[in-house]
Amino acid sequence: MHHQIYIGLAIILPLLGTVMIWMSGSRPNQREVVTVITSGLTFLCVLQLLPEVLAGHQPELHVTELLPGLEISFKVEPLGMLFALIASFLWIITSFYAIGYMRGHHEPNQTRFYMCFAIAISSALAIAFSGNMFTLFIAYEVLTLSTYPLVTHSQTDEARRAGRVYLGILMSTSIGLLMVGIIWTWAAAGTLDFTPGGILKGKIDDGLVIVLLFLYMYGIGKAALMPIHRWLPAAMVAPTPVSALLHAVAVVKAGVFTVLKVIIYIFGADFLTETGASIWLMYVAGATVLLASLVALTKDNLKARLAYSTVSQLAYIVLAGALATSHSLVGGAMHIAMHAFGKITLFFCAGAIMVASHKTEISQMRGLGWRMPFTFAAFLIGALSVIGLPPLGGSWSKWYIALGAADADQLVFIAVLMISSLLNIAYLIPVFARGFFGPREEEEAQMAGSHEDHGDHGDHAGDHDTATHDAHDASDAGKRIAEAPMLCVVPLWITALGCVALFVYSDWLYAMLSPIVK
Amino acid sequence: MLREHLPVLVIIIPLIAAPLCILFRGRDQAFGIALLATWGSFACSAVIAAKVMASGTLSYELGGWPPPIGIELRIDALNALILLIVSGIGSVVAPYARNSLLLEYVEDRSYMFYCAFLLCLCGLMGVAVTGDAFNLFVFLEISSLSSYVLIALGFDRRALTASYQYLIMGTIGATFIVISIGLLYQATGTLNMADIAQRLPEHGYDRTVIAAFAFLVIGVALKMALFPLHQWLPNAYSYAPSTVSAFLAATATKVSVYILLRFLFTVFGVQFSFDILPTAVPLTILAILAMFIPSIVACFEHNVKKVLAYSSVAQIGYMVLGISFVTMTGLTAGILHLFNHALMKGALFLVLGAVFYRIGSCNIDRMAGLARTMPWTMAAFVGGGLSLIGIPMTAGFISKWYLIQAAIEKGWWHIAVLIVASSLIAVIYIWRVIESAYFREPPEDLQNVKEAPLSLLIPAWILVFGNVYFGIETSLPVSMAELAARSLLGAN
Repeated sequence: MHHQIYIGLAIILPLLGTVMIWMSGSRPNQREVVTVITSGLTFLCVLQLLPEVLAGHQPELHVTELLPGLEISFKVEPLGMLFALIASFLWIITSFYAIGYMRGHHEPNQTRFYMCFAIAISSALAIAFSGNMFTLFIAYEVLTLSTYPLVTHSQTDEARRAGRVYLGILMSTSIGLLMVGIIWTWAAAGTLDFTPGGILKGKIDDGLVIVLLFLYMYGIGKAALMPIHRWLPAAMVAPTPVSALLHAVAVVKAGVFTVLKVIIYIFGADFLTETGASIWLMYVAGATVLLASLVALTKDNLKARLAYSTVSQLAYIVLAGALATSHSLVGGAMHIAMHAFGKITLFFCAGAIMVASHKTEISQMRGLGWRMPFTFAAFLIGALSVIGLPPLGGSWSKWYIALGAADADQLVFIAVLMISSLLNIAYLIPVFARGFFGPREEEEAQMAGSHEDHGDHGDHAGDHDTATHDAHDASDAGKRIAEAPMLCVVPLWITALGCVALFVYSDWLYAMLSPIVK
Repeated sequence: MLREHLPVLVIIIPLIAAPLCILFRGRDQAFGIALLATWGSFACSAVIAAKVMASGTLSYELGGWPPPIGIELRIDALNALILLIVSGIGSVVAPYARNSLLLEYVEDRSYMFYCAFLLCLCGLMGVAVTGDAFNLFVFLEISSLSSYVLIALGFDRRALTASYQYLIMGTIGATFIVISIGLLYQATGTLNMADIAQRLPEHGYDRTVIAAFAFLVIGVALKMALFPLHQWLPNAYSYAPSTVSAFLAATATKVSVYILLRFLFTVFGVQFSFDILPTAVPLTILAILAMFIPSIVACFEHNVKKVLAYSSVAQIGYMVLGISFVTMTGLTAGILHLFNHALMKGALFLVLGAVFYRIGSCNIDRMAGLARTMPWTMAAFVGGGLSLIGIPMTAGFISKWYLIQAAIEKGWWHIAVLIVASSLIAVIYIWRVIESAYFREPPEDLQNVKEAPLSLLIPAWILVFGNVYFGIETSLPVSMAELAARSLLGAN
């Protein structure tokens, strides 16, 4: 079937792009064009697979056998299709954003940045399309390694330390726990293929299922369950495009995607509910939801606050997986999409604010909303989606997860979800609100004075105008901070509108995802 | 006609080429002879390996004298794999040696280096092909003596002391082995290994045989640097010329592991070695200690060569652990790791040789910021390093996979956890070097270092490429290792 080609193409194209980016290293404009075109083509390839998946087929691609019985193979099913669509679509948008940001900040090593970005996307797509746990593990490791240079991009001491935490946690969990779990699964079940209904039924003692689940859940460090979540806030030292795409979308989503895949296709939702092996996980995830939100409340640095918010939101998906009912699993899968769009909007805003006004701390952002209305408005939309209020997409996923909790007779988690929504309001709305309260004119002189800080809080959604901005700086003594440049506002609003679109088209999303629980 | 004599050709070629190097003293002439000899042996090994995989064990009578009086060369899958490793590494190191030696040895005496190198190669391969116990000892000594010479060639004054230390310990080891062979001869009246294996059960497992076993295991443990008899290795590998470190690290200890395998499984037999005598337990314990303690020491060393040397001691631990499982999977894992480790360590030491060539030191602080000025070299280090850590799609991952699988199959969960934990220590000491090269500023006097010359880069990259290739296309090493494991276990 010729659809196999698109699977291979979608994974290979970014790698080819990497080589071409490397070759265009000395010609920045050419290099940026390569990035944009590669991202566009990759998205088109992924899109070609959508009709097949909607029709109920699962295109497969077998690559090679590494060890007898262990092969690298790909199989597209609805969950993977969703993740691939999100990752490849948002790559296009982030590419534009990144171009502006990197140029605006005159960042060094931009070629290395774009190259590693492309490799990371390729491995994210490989994770999305993986047909067995072995292939997923390989791509998972490649994702860790390829994002390391992105996290440590600025090569300062702080970046190096953050890189150590990042790599240390992700590598030790993946080698120390995940790999052991995989080999155990292989030894017990004789296969690692993702199969509806799971492969472990009858192959493993009931008491040991909990241990195996533990190995997987804590082995998938990218899902940032507490207490191995530390790498996420540490990784905020990376440039904002990295934080936006990778740590709001690709890396963390790869983590929770893997969690859902393991629960649905390795363990099997029914198997888990029968053995009750995931009850501990519900509580751990629920605790993470609440604790991370509480920590987020204490953070003044906007990116740090968003990082802990991400930890909390990821735990929603893990909770949904642990509940293992039809509604919760589909809700968890939908949340991958909802949170991706919501969070990336918020991170784009944070970056925009940083570029336009050099502000990183929320306490400094008083009155900024009046100058950067578009950015703050988009921030509100993203925030409402994360909080889970209609008419934004986040409301539907939360609804289904709560429904799933009811189905599983775990009513306490409905309460957890509600409390968490309240906490989300508490740590997200003030950011928006602060932008519109507080004096305007007196603030101007203050802001002009603090222009010299690094870190833009401005509403400038997108940093591609920092060159212009630097010119601003010099003669800026009493000048107003203007809204972000177009190249920044546009990506920002695209993702914000995406949140709205997801609300409207959520039943389509539900229909696409429902086969995973048949 | 030549094909019949392949088993002996593989030894004869380097043996004859060695004195030829002395005869033709010119630097390029000696180099050319060495190159031809190593490549010739590799070609022979490849053909032998193909033959063995196709038709089973090869047997060759030296001089036409039938065993047990004559010396028999006996090559099965295990021997063939070792031959491939040794001659393969030799062929990659030989072209590398030419330029690397420029800075690390007296130029107009390089013919002496090539002579010793070829003798060492001959000795190692002789150990791998022979089916006669005393012949094995002879070849072992040939390789050992020439390796003492090779190590002492380093400019660093500590090289002499290191070589002397290796000489003492190695000689003790070899003496123990020859005592063991003597005791076996006393018990069975023959020196042919297959014959001994046959006659030992008839003789009975009395004190003579047990003593022979004990002497052999200790002697081999000394030679293969099994913890805690590893003292000679770190110094020997660090102070020798880089070419020598690369060659010895990838071959010498592997051949000693082979000797252990051959004697434990074929000569003494699985039943005696593991059922009657409780060998598995001490081997497992020592292996685990070897996996941890040298790794931890490696995390604190500043000389990167020492880091890799301690890492080698740890990797020997993995091999012995696989062997001590005495199952099909465990033995396959151990034998597979022989192959993969040769690739990994060979690549890493060659990279360090290139680094030394340009900056004259392998100190981790002197290597700061090297990724900027020598990107290809450090990229090769990353490649070899990832294989050492055991990232999927590299050779190192495959052996780790088998090893953990073997532990799980036996139900030894604690051992599986220990294997994984020690891999994590490897992440630390490899990442130290990578961080230094990629994240720090180069020292003032090293701002304008040039990239390593191609003659040094290409061999290193060939081995790195080998790591990746055999991490994906694993059929060759895995099938040979499985065949070897089967014949070792099945022979009894």
